[in-house]
Amino acid sequence: MKKLIAAPYLVWAAVFIVIPLIMVAYFAFFNDGHFTLDYVASVAQYSNIFVRSIWLAAIATVICLLIAYPIAFILMRMDRSYQSTMLMLVMLPMWMNFLLRTYAWMTLLGNNGIINNFLGFFGIGPFKMLNTQGAVVLGMVYNYLPFMILPLYTVMEKIDTSVLEAAQDLGCNSANTLMRVVLPLSMPGVMSGITMVFVPAISTFIISRMLGGGGNLLIGDLIEMQFLGNSYNPNLGASISLVLMVIILLIMTVMNQFDDGEDRVLM
Amino acid sequence: MKKLSKAYMVLVLLFLYVPIFVLIVFSFNSTKSRSVFSEFTLDWYVKLFHNQLIMNSLRNTIIVAVIASVSATVLGTAAAIGINNMKKVSKGIVMNVTNLPIINPEIVMGVSLMLLFGMFTARMNLEFGFVTLIIAHITFDVPYVILSIMPKFRQMNPHIYEAAQDLGCGLVGAFFKVVLPEIMPGVVSGFLMSFTFSLDDFVVSYFTSGSTSQTLPITIYSMTRRKVSPEINALSTIIFLVVVTVLVVKNVIERRSIKKGVKA
Repeated sequence: MKKLIAAPYLVWAAVFIVIPLIMVAYFAFFNDGHFTLDYVASVAQYSNIFVRSIWLAAIATVICLLIAYPIAFILMRMDRSYQSTMLMLVMLPMWMNFLLRTYAWMTLLGNNGIINNFLGFFGIGPFKMLNTQGAVVLGMVYNYLPFMILPLYTVMEKIDTSVLEAAQDLGCNSANTLMRVVLPLSMPGVMSGITMVFVPAISTFIISRMLGGGGNLLIGDLIEMQFLGNSYNPNLGASISLVLMVIILLIMTVMNQFDDGEDRVLM
Repeated sequence: MKKLSKAYMVLVLLFLYVPIFVLIVFSFNSTKSRSVFSEFTLDWYVKLFHNQLIMNSLRNTIIVAVIASVSATVLGTAAAIGINNMKKVSKGIVMNVTNLPIINPEIVMGVSLMLLFGMFTARMNLEFGFVTLIIAHITFDVPYVILSIMPKFRQMNPHIYEAAQDLGCGLVGAFFKVVLPEIMPGVVSGFLMSFTFSLDDFVVSYFTSGSTSQTLPITIYSMTRRKVSPEINALSTIIFLVVVTVLVVKNVIERRSIKKGVKA
């Protein structure tokens, strides 16, 4: 009886979550009601864009992990009263609109931008920084770093500090404690951090467009172009989306293999 | 070691904040230059408030965010109660579907909804606009409402609902008097999450809004694509100040309530 109260949502979820995804699959495989593999097959011609997207998103994810892990560790060892303020300070830029944050880097990296002007004082440069792959990776790291810090911190905060003391009593130095106690215990956080950075990074089209110029197209750009851009082709766009979902699903399955089955932290 | 970690923290904070502060500084610059500061001015703020396009899209954003987050909260609260009473298997299936919009890349969600809406608008001679935008926003908001309420049921003692009924409450009365207060923190945080996600969303709105009902993020996007205007910097400054104020107030309230909790 009480289950019935969920009925409006079940209808909503069926119509606006499940059916749209089925439609993506339908558009990928059917043209005017006829089954065809042409569109899915033609995705192969964009394999260089897929490789580039996976590669840049992977680099950005690794950099995020390398920057975020020490931050989460430092936060965890801080005074409790200090911790929440510092965490807020780290997370605050995330609340600022994503487009504005990316736009900020456009002004910094441009040929006449602040960094090049600054270097110019010392007679260095100007360097071409905007519209490069490096700028795209930088934009991904800048925008998604909080998504890595938060799950890492959430997991580490729960680690009992007496476990760390015990490790030290038993002869671990701090490096050993980190490697043999903190790292294994924080693995669920690492895994969800990786997914939370990798998924938006591989599917972005804003960062590549604003910081990568026209030359560094990613999967997201490709999809956007098929739906709202010049080369209108929803069938091809749906096929690319489908392939993107399959890639993400595969990567997440692989990641789950490394997870020891404990509860993952989402937010 | 302490010094090293402090230096590292400062370095990362600089990386996070310098770009934002540069935007803020250049919002007061009298020329359009993005690298040389000439003179202090408030002109860009005046221009910003007289920019009809920006003001319209700000109004649209707030309307959409309010309608979508309120509807999502009602829909999601009802859903969470129902899901909580489901059997294990159907609960698992529904929760997997609920997780889809969170796990799926935003662009796929935007595109899939665009295909669905496109089918209807083509058949019925309708256009993309407020309705499609609000439906899309509710769809990505509801999962967050459900996910923030579900844990509250696990913390709740299931017998108090029965006790309320034994003591003479009806089904509805028991719900409003017992269940709702217990899950209220989840409902509130779900609502706040929905509201901020709706305010900030670009990708899904971009694919579902059509040309008439643009939200602020869409306007910002088209501004960054065209000629550079320092009005964006002025807008960033205002948004940054709003964000800082809201977060500081939220933190102060939370700390006070924690202190009160300790006293009581």
